[in-house]
Amino acid sequence: MSVLKIDNVKMQFGGVIAVNNLNIDVEKGKIVALIGPNGAGKTTAFNVITGVYNPTSGSVFLNDKKITSLSPDKITKLGIARTFQNIRLFKNLTVMDNILIANHLNVKSNFLSSALRMPWYIKEENHMRKKSEMLLDKLGLLGIKDEIASSLPYGEQRKLEIARALATDAKLLLLDEPAAGMNPHETMELTEFIRNIRDEFDLTVFMIEHHMNLVMEISDKIYVLDFGQLIAEGTADDIKNNPRVIEAYLGVEEDA
Amino acid sequence: MSFETFMQQLANGISIGSLYALIAIGYTMVYGILRLINFAHGDIFMMAAYFMVFSMINFSLPWYIAIVLVIISTVILGVVIERIAYKPLRDAPRMSIMISAIGVSFFLENLATYLFTGVPKGFPDIPFLTQAANIGGISLSVATIVTPIITIILLLCVLFITNKTKIGMAMRAVSKDYETARLMGIKINRVISTTFVIGSALAAVGAVLWGAKYPSVMPLMGVMPGLKCFVAAVLGGIGNTTGAVIGGFILGMGEMMIVAFLPLLTGYRDAFAFIVLIIVLIVKPTGLLGEKVTDKV
Amino acid sequence: MMINNNRKLMRRSLTVLIIIAFASIIILLDTKTIGDNYVRRILNLGAIYAIVSVSMNLVNGFTGLFSLGQAGFMAIGAFTVAVFTVPVELREAIFYIVPQNPLVANIELPFFVALILGGLLAALVSILIGMPVLRLKSDYLAIATLGFSEIIRIIFTNMKTITNGALGINRIPGIPTMWITFGVAIVSIIFIVLLINSSYGRAFKAIREDDIAAEAMGINLFKHKVISFAIGAFFAGIGGGLLASLLGTVDPKQFYFTMTYNFLLIIVLGGMGSVSGTIIGSFVVTAGLEYLRIFDEPLTVLGVNIPIFRAGFRMVIFSFLLMILVLFFRQGIMGQKELSWDMIEGWFKRRKGLPKKGKVDKGGTI
Repeated sequence: MSVLKIDNVKMQFGGVIAVNNLNIDVEKGKIVALIGPNGAGKTTAFNVITGVYNPTSGSVFLNDKKITSLSPDKITKLGIARTFQNIRLFKNLTVMDNILIANHLNVKSNFLSSALRMPWYIKEENHMRKKSEMLLDKLGLLGIKDEIASSLPYGEQRKLEIARALATDAKLLLLDEPAAGMNPHETMELTEFIRNIRDEFDLTVFMIEHHMNLVMEISDKIYVLDFGQLIAEGTADDIKNNPRVIEAYLGVEEDA
Repeated sequence: MSFETFMQQLANGISIGSLYALIAIGYTMVYGILRLINFAHGDIFMMAAYFMVFSMINFSLPWYIAIVLVIISTVILGVVIERIAYKPLRDAPRMSIMISAIGVSFFLENLATYLFTGVPKGFPDIPFLTQAANIGGISLSVATIVTPIITIILLLCVLFITNKTKIGMAMRAVSKDYETARLMGIKINRVISTTFVIGSALAAVGAVLWGAKYPSVMPLMGVMPGLKCFVAAVLGGIGNTTGAVIGGFILGMGEMMIVAFLPLLTGYRDAFAFIVLIIVLIVKPTGLLGEKVTDKV
Repeated sequence: MMINNNRKLMRRSLTVLIIIAFASIIILLDTKTIGDNYVRRILNLGAIYAIVSVSMNLVNGFTGLFSLGQAGFMAIGAFTVAVFTVPVELREAIFYIVPQNPLVANIELPFFVALILGGLLAALVSILIGMPVLRLKSDYLAIATLGFSEIIRIIFTNMKTITNGALGINRIPGIPTMWITFGVAIVSIIFIVLLINSSYGRAFKAIREDDIAAEAMGINLFKHKVISFAIGAFFAGIGGGLLASLLGTVDPKQFYFTMTYNFLLIIVLGGMGSVSGTIIGSFVVTAGLEYLRIFDEPLTVLGVNIPIFRAGFRMVIFSFLLMILVLFFRQGIMGQKELSWDMIEGWFKRRKGLPKKGKVDKGGTI
């Protein structure tokens, strides 16, 4: 069953066509990767999915429901959460606050009953805190819950960003270069981490990544984007042996 | 309303509009480059008017020398403000630099009140500008006729500088992408100073022409024109010089039309600009000639 | 853990003591046992400024929106209180040039009803302004709010049959006790603090920190900005209403937009994003503005007239101070921190030269 379906999406900025004829199908429970050289339009594709950009034409479906032209917050509420290429944490807030903020979309109380600490709000707040602590515990971040986000080491900031996305209760996780700036050892750990959370939280993962080891190891399916066009799709083996990919991507860029 | 009065109001509208345009150019250029609403711009304009009063009345200089002197001292003021209040905050949060701009504005207003008192001072008479001219039975002051012409000439000069000169190219580069321009070796500080030089010089010219039309100089005289001219810049498309001039003209004419056709609403004349702002923000936030800027995610 | 419990107990008792001391001082001042009217007036003014500044900090410091409309929203609250609380029989004498509009001429409301009404009207107007502007980058918000604050003033100057135009309204019934200003201030500030520490407050801070990430986490930016902006306006309206009653007279000129700059100075001084800092800032600035009036008086030393001391010097100093703060002390007194026992103990330890103790549990904030 397809969770995310991108149907013939085109994204044009003035005279520049960043993405064209994009068709992607992400099946439930799978880890799917989107790869391609720099400037191929990968992040643009993510921004179209998450509602940051409105595509020039084409549509995006989440569980067969059309989500094109919805605002980013609505799309997150429907179950897609993302991380960013250059980490965008709430820097001056604690780890716990970062997670709690991602819980806010499920808060039913209005601002008045929240400020006046009505019993139903207190119940919600307690539930949120318990849930967030459990999440942090599962991800091994509970020990640093009172640290300020910007004071964490790089790897943990990446992890926290993923944790924050999970806290929205999304079932589809979009990771934009989760291993950027990581050494091989950290990358290996991250590979395990992504696999574990997929199983534990029953997720579907769609990610952009440059680390080929990670991509080849983890992905059930890979899409290759070049100059805004999809040039290949298939399993890791298909992609490795695809001459167009080798020419456009592996031949040009060294195996990072 | 007779045809003559209508034409007179129209000419007034064009003239006040071109004054707005002169000030709006300063806003739009600074915003284009620093993404800063230079709250002090209206007060620079006010100081220029005081400089004119002092050069002509206290030092009895002839008007043509006084104007040159006023332009020079206003430019110095503008550049000094940038150096002292904005430059140290280049890497600070946006809100800090805006607060600093407000601080400068508030400081200049208070300083003017303190030094020159709140009592309005008469603007010196420049006979050449204030004499009446008669065109087809419509009596206008020379200033009213000359102002739009000067504005258009100055706009062409600014366009020449931004489009045809090396520093102009650097300015456009900085306004497109500040960081990249800096990395490409463009001397950011020089570009910013030039922007303030041009903006302040135009504000000085605006102040002289303004004084010829409304000969009363007060510490808070720059506030309303300042706010309105920012609106004019937004209306024209912030960052776009030609847009700022068009925005200024539309605003000036609109105000005069209100006074002419809806005299009941004369008291709300100053509100017009802000209604325009809201309409622009709803209908076309990028303004008439502005480009769409998307945030990098 | 025993030590920690003792420490907690001590802190709690100290907090209670401070509250009792504070209440006693207010009672003594209120019963005119100590202090004079001047001191009372400054303290009342400080409390009102604290309401407005804390609510402005909610918008500017916690939500990251640059709003400069406080003076206008205060004017709405002030005129609502003025129009509706002046006794009906006095109105003919006040509106001696243009009679008051019959729609409101015979309506007299109790003070608190008028006060709340003023706050609600200010909030309503803020929503009308915010609707178009808050959808966009907050850059334009500064200019739009500043402009609208002026428009509100212009409208009040022109609505002669309701506001008495430039003449203003006087003989507004005064505030009988300091408990009204301080009571309203305490309740308002507690409300704002509770809001800031709720899930909504966290959402506000998220918007301040990174609006793109906040939106990606499912926070409806527009809705939350409007909530914050409207609450800010509501309390500015409340502050304006109290001010009208405290001064006994209102006219549109009082609410010139430069008034907003006073609050800006307060929150920059206290720390953008710190409630306790803002409260400290409010009283410091209010007292400063009053006591520094000597700078506006001519000063003669040994028979020589010092020429720099004359009308307007005080405001030059104040605006200069704002610039110095933002250029050199951008964090203000508190930065984004709140006053807490941990912090106070930290000061004492530093003074005694003792090394700071390891992590202790968070003390209660005052």
